[in-house]
Amino acid sequence: MMLSDLPIHAPAVVTHVDDLHASDTISQRLRDLGFVPGEPVRVVARAPWGGDPLLIQIGSTRFALRRAEAGRVAVDRESVHV
Amino acid sequence: MSEATLRIALVGNPNCGKTALFNQLTGARQKVANYAGVTVERKEGRFTAPSGRKIRLLDLPGAYSFESTSPDERITRDVLMGRYPGESVPDMIVCVADATNLRLHLRFVLEVQRLGRPMVLALNMMDAARRRGIHIDVAELERRLGIPVVQTVAVRRGGANALVELVDKGVPQHTAAPAPSTPSQDMHEEVRALLRAAVTMPHASDKLVDAIDRWTLHPVIGPIILAAVMFLVFQAVYSLGKPLTDAIGNGFDTLNATVGVWLPAGPLRGLICDGVLSGLGTVLGFLPEILVLFLFILLLEESGYLPRAAFLLDRLMVSVGLTGRSFIPLLSSFACAIPGIIGTRSITDPRDRWTTILVAPLMTCSARLPVYALLIGAFVPTIKVWGLFNLQGLTLFALYMLGIVGAMVVGWVCKRLGRDRSEHALLMELPAYRLPQARDIAIGLWERGTIFLRRLTGVILALTVVMWFISTFPSPPAGAVGPAIDYSFAGMLGRTLQHVFEPLGFNWQITLSLIPAFAARETAVATLATVYAVGNNADVGTLGHVLAGHFSLASALSLMVWFAFAPQCMSTLAVIRRETGSWRKVVLSFSYMFIVAYVLAFATYRLAGALL
Repeated sequence: MMLSDLPIHAPAVVTHVDDLHASDTISQRLRDLGFVPGEPVRVVARAPWGGDPLLIQIGSTRFALRRAEAGRVAVDRESVHV
Repeated sequence: MSEATLRIALVGNPNCGKTALFNQLTGARQKVANYAGVTVERKEGRFTAPSGRKIRLLDLPGAYSFESTSPDERITRDVLMGRYPGESVPDMIVCVADATNLRLHLRFVLEVQRLGRPMVLALNMMDAARRRGIHIDVAELERRLGIPVVQTVAVRRGGANALVELVDKGVPQHTAAPAPSTPSQDMHEEVRALLRAAVTMPHASDKLVDAIDRWTLHPVIGPIILAAVMFLVFQAVYSLGKPLTDAIGNGFDTLNATVGVWLPAGPLRGLICDGVLSGLGTVLGFLPEILVLFLFILLLEESGYLPRAAFLLDRLMVSVGLTGRSFIPLLSSFACAIPGIIGTRSITDPRDRWTTILVAPLMTCSARLPVYALLIGAFVPTIKVWGLFNLQGLTLFALYMLGIVGAMVVGWVCKRLGRDRSEHALLMELPAYRLPQARDIAIGLWERGTIFLRRLTGVILALTVVMWFISTFPSPPAGAVGPAIDYSFAGMLGRTLQHVFEPLGFNWQITLSLIPAFAARETAVATLATVYAVGNNADVGTLGHVLAGHFSLASALSLMVWFAFAPQCMSTLAVIRRETGSWRKVVLSFSYMFIVAYVLAFATYRLAGALL
């Protein structure tokens, strides 16, 4: 499942970040910002007018990501340990 | 530079408080606010440590990583790697990290450490961390990182003492060996190990921030709050500023009358009364409105609300060829387009950045406020609308909206014309809310107030004197009929240029006032005041009344529309040149604004003439 499809407030963890093409700087930046395997994430809010961008909480930081950016982040809802 | 001077660079993630720390250490007053990317240039300051050691401190733009993508991050990387022209590698790095956001910030600390330079870590915002119950084992962190770690509260007096003490000891000896770049995954693994060993955090996020965000980012209520906030700001500019403006105006009228009695008739009285007092007094009167506007802009910047607004508006801005990231530079353009245009450096994408620079001058800068306020005061009646808002405030709001809508149309046209369809990232951090600090707000207002007064006593005064001179000389020939001003240089110049602006409904006095407005927009007001004061020897009361008697409502509306779009203020064009490095872009900016201003002012004049 992709982060862009995650229901609001549902806990999940990052499994990997896809590179859409070679030298995908956006994916690189996402990894630098902490979107790495095993990191808990959740969608905190969706913007009005079509739910784009999304507000993502990762660690104690909140990032606004457009759907295309969140669509690069694969997440897993099963392996969340409460 | 003496050998003894220690060169220190402040680096860290965006919005971790580097500039607040810089101000605290050097006593400087660099701008601080609560969003990522306030500092986009390298700033330099000096201070002397207790031992007498001289320290030269560099404040660098925040960066998430050295894999830099935006122009401001590139500056930081180049300075640290010794690639910045004219800047040698700093002797020591102070890496600043927000103690409430260590998961993100420690990763950059590790990346900086990989450079192998002597460094220390400052854990900033320790007060906020304690309030949230975050406990950091500093000794353990120090041991694991192998570098000295100090705690700071940059916004509190004395909050950086520990850091000063540490740097006073000189360059620390233990430094990490330079390592080749490590994959993100490994670096994050290290961060996790550090956090597990040294940090306990009861909650990942601040409960209060969560609660506020539930309302401010709500898909329906969020935009309503945003609209209400913006609307209130412009209403307040009018309703709080206007009474003060009137008081200042009356004060100057009294002063003018008093001075007029004391001075003998002649050129000196003309210069002082008609030139300086009428001209400058009128412009000075608008200082309260400008300060009210800045008060609100500063409050919004400090609170952390602006990135939320950018989040809400991103979709809308993308649809008109901009990005949510354009929001903050564009908002600061309401103060002045120059910091707005410089602020676009935090926009990663070159095309988004250029479009933002192109439309930034359309945001109503504070120099336009005197012109609008004068014309609205003279031509728009004070009526209550729906028993709540006054029509003058609404007109002002409409003029601001005109600039915004204009910017959207221009952005949209650029998007249509552009061939580049590549993807642009948003990736914007939303900071925690923070209570605005009264001291920062006061300093911000003071700075803006002094900038305004310096302009007033500098360029505006000089232009006003020139305008008075050309409106007074040469004197009319003996036996001349008609007002003396008709024979002056100003009269001749205004009448010559009037042919160009006549279709817009501008008389020669207005046309004349547009010339100095190119240097500073407020001077248009001063010029009108001077020209009419020279032209009417009889005592005529306030400038507003004079204007209402000399030209029509249609002309006034047309003039306001002209000011909304006109390519004015040389400084803005100079900054566009500096930031884009291209004269072609300056010419493009100038011409599109001139054409749009001319066409819309013409349309307004004809339409208003037909309807009213």
